Amino acid sequence: MRGNIQVTATLNPHAGASGIIETPMVEIDHLSLWYGEKRALKDVSMSIPKHRITAYIGPSGCGKTTLLRCLNRMNDLIDGVRIVGTIRIGGTDIYDPALDVTELRKRVGMVFQKSNPFPKSIFENVAYGPRILGVTGRNDLDAIVERSLRAAALWDEVQDRLDDSALGLSGGQQQRLCIARAIAVEPDVLLMDEPCSALDPIATAKIEELMLELKNSYTIVIVTHNMQQAARVSDYTGFMLLGELVEFGVTKELFTNPRDKRTEDYITGRFG
Amino acid sequence: MKRLWKSGEPFIWLTGGALALALLLVAGLVALILANGLGLFWPRDVVRMTLADGKVMTGQQVEREAVPGKPGQYRIKLRVANRDLYGADFQWVDEARIATREYPPDAVVVERTEWGLLIGTIQEVRDGGRTVAVGSARGLDELRRQLPEAARLREEIRRIEKGDIGAINFAQDRVRLALKRLEIKGVTRGPDVDALQSQMGALQARYREQEARLAGLRKRQTASVVVTADDGKEKDLPLVQVLNVYAPNTMGVFAKSGHYAAGVWEFVSDDPREANTEGGVFPAIFGTVMMVMIMSIMVTPLGVLAAFYLREYARQGTFVSAVRIAVNNLAGVPSIVFGVFGVGFFIYFVGGTIDRWFFAEALPTPTFGTGGILWASLTLALLTVPVVIVATEEGLAAIPSEMREASLALGATKLETTLRVVLPAVMPSILTGLILAMARAAGEVAPLMITGVVKLAPALPIDGFWPFVHLDRKFMHLGFHIYDVGFQSPNVDAARPMVFTTTLLLLLIVVLLNLFAIGLRNRLRRKYAMAAV
Repeated sequence: MRGNIQVTATLNPHAGASGIIETPMVEIDHLSLWYGEKRALKDVSMSIPKHRITAYIGPSGCGKTTLLRCLNRMNDLIDGVRIVGTIRIGGTDIYDPALDVTELRKRVGMVFQKSNPFPKSIFENVAYGPRILGVTGRNDLDAIVERSLRAAALWDEVQDRLDDSALGLSGGQQQRLCIARAIAVEPDVLLMDEPCSALDPIATAKIEELMLELKNSYTIVIVTHNMQQAARVSDYTGFMLLGELVEFGVTKELFTNPRDKRTEDYITGRFG
Repeated sequence: MKRLWKSGEPFIWLTGGALALALLLVAGLVALILANGLGLFWPRDVVRMTLADGKVMTGQQVEREAVPGKPGQYRIKLRVANRDLYGADFQWVDEARIATREYPPDAVVVERTEWGLLIGTIQEVRDGGRTVAVGSARGLDELRRQLPEAARLREEIRRIEKGDIGAINFAQDRVRLALKRLEIKGVTRGPDVDALQSQMGALQARYREQEARLAGLRKRQTASVVVTADDGKEKDLPLVQVLNVYAPNTMGVFAKSGHYAAGVWEFVSDDPREANTEGGVFPAIFGTVMMVMIMSIMVTPLGVLAAFYLREYARQGTFVSAVRIAVNNLAGVPSIVFGVFGVGFFIYFVGGTIDRWFFAEALPTPTFGTGGILWASLTLALLTVPVVIVATEEGLAAIPSEMREASLALGATKLETTLRVVLPAVMPSILTGLILAMARAAGEVAPLMITGVVKLAPALPIDGFWPFVHLDRKFMHLGFHIYDVGFQSPNVDAARPMVFTTTLLLLLIVVLLNLFAIGLRNRLRRKYAMAAV
């Protein structure tokens, strides 16, 4: 446990989470979202603690990815989205009209379901974010690239072929490259949208190991349809159903002693 | 039967057959062009025929065909050349009328600057009225000795005419226009006018100087060759008009191959002669390539930007769909319609306006208000822009949205994403569009005929006179050249092989341009290792 635990705990009345008494990094308050007429998120409130892994589980179409994409405002790209409620990250309201979305996205990195390296070299993939931020010195970039690749446990595998195309890497390597790319800009929060769904068990194990490593420096939010994965890596888990956050709490408790009947049905495999 | 149909076998055969037929057609087309086009430079043997009635005909056999209406009988098309002596280059001879055929070793073929080929026997070589060599063997040796000097002289005359006198003409034209500009301003005398007029005088003097030099050069070349043709007709040909002399009947395969290679080189590097039926097609090659280049420079940014707006920025809806359909349909509009638009908009409106604003002194002679390579290229750019838009759009649609999201999620703006991620990834598709556009543009003739192509352009669009690139100039084009040579020529028989050879060359240039672009695209694809888009 960290030293500076502040007891600014929020007891989430809606999700009925068992008292999370840690520093909150992300606070979601009465968030609802509509795609046109369809309501995809219903009054979600929760707080995500700093330097922890928080997982969202739930059946397909339950809104977990939508919720994740609210955190870096990627939903803005979709026409006809309407959002009510507030999200604070590090105390800043991210839906404040005065806020620069690109600034937010530099603080909230994202790793996607399908590994999506740019059709560029490995080096250029990692250097992309820093370049956007205005880093131009070759030495600085070299240092950032090495640090990020090391942090993503990819350095040893690719250090000799940094100038090769990133698309020549294996699926697992590509996904770790995407993680390296995301952390190259040193975000506060790292969002992961089913990062292992296209990977084999060995590559998945590597990514999970990496996540445990990364949570020392980043607040990680992961969406997964794999309950074992959520149980293995996450500290907190939220179960979502039909746009509602049904239950949110410490992972171990949620899996061993769910309080909601629907959560129990889901984790015991009765539906989903 | 039913089982056979169910097995799908017949359908496979049907599709395979259709493909085979298409391939066969293309192969046949290329084979026909190759067979007809490649023979043009091969030095054929000269045959001398004595007909049953005692008439002698000398020439090269170019064709043999069945006599219409007389089964089993054949006739020969003989290139007798010597248009200035006989009046026609070609004669048909029924094989039944031929008594003897022989291949005289002393028969020579003379390529000359005027009147086409000369076929006959060398009588003697004269120099300044004096006979220096008699007989065909001695005469041929003497000619071979003297021809390089004649060629040098011809080249020098040409250089003075085109280069020095051309420069003087160009400068005079500028002075004349400057004077006229002053006149329009109401200045008809004064220091400016005097200065210009004295410049004009100096140019006039220089012109006379060059004229005198030319006259001197022309007088220096006094040698001529006397060639006798059939019926004892004689031709006294000044050596300065002789391009080449050869005796095909004594040449081996090796010598003929050398002659062939030289002929090919002349064809691609020389100016045309004799109403385009002889000489080379270099200006047409130059015009075609330059026009395609200008078109590419115009069409790529326009098409790519339009496609980017349609796919990346515009809100997808009925209006954008309508625009997309319209753009696709634009690709199917007959090319002459674009030509008419080019004349009406580019030449009369834009060109006319430019003339009134910037070249008023030259009016009523139009500068940009008439057909020219710029307007032709722009018209073709318009014609091909749908191709580029469609190809680029398809490429953009094929880029996974995750790629854009990855960039945006890293805090890049939409513009940064477009420039740094989307544009490089769509580059191969843009080049695909450009390849299609170039292939279409290089072969298009109809709109060019009314926007600036001519059968014989006096000067290339790029030369040594400031501003070096003359986009207002008319130009020659291989496609139009084929039409002109084949169907507008006063001497259709002589020109027909040129048609196929020029077609072959046009095909070759289109293939080369495409190979260049395809190579570039493949390099980009390897660089980005993208799947084929």
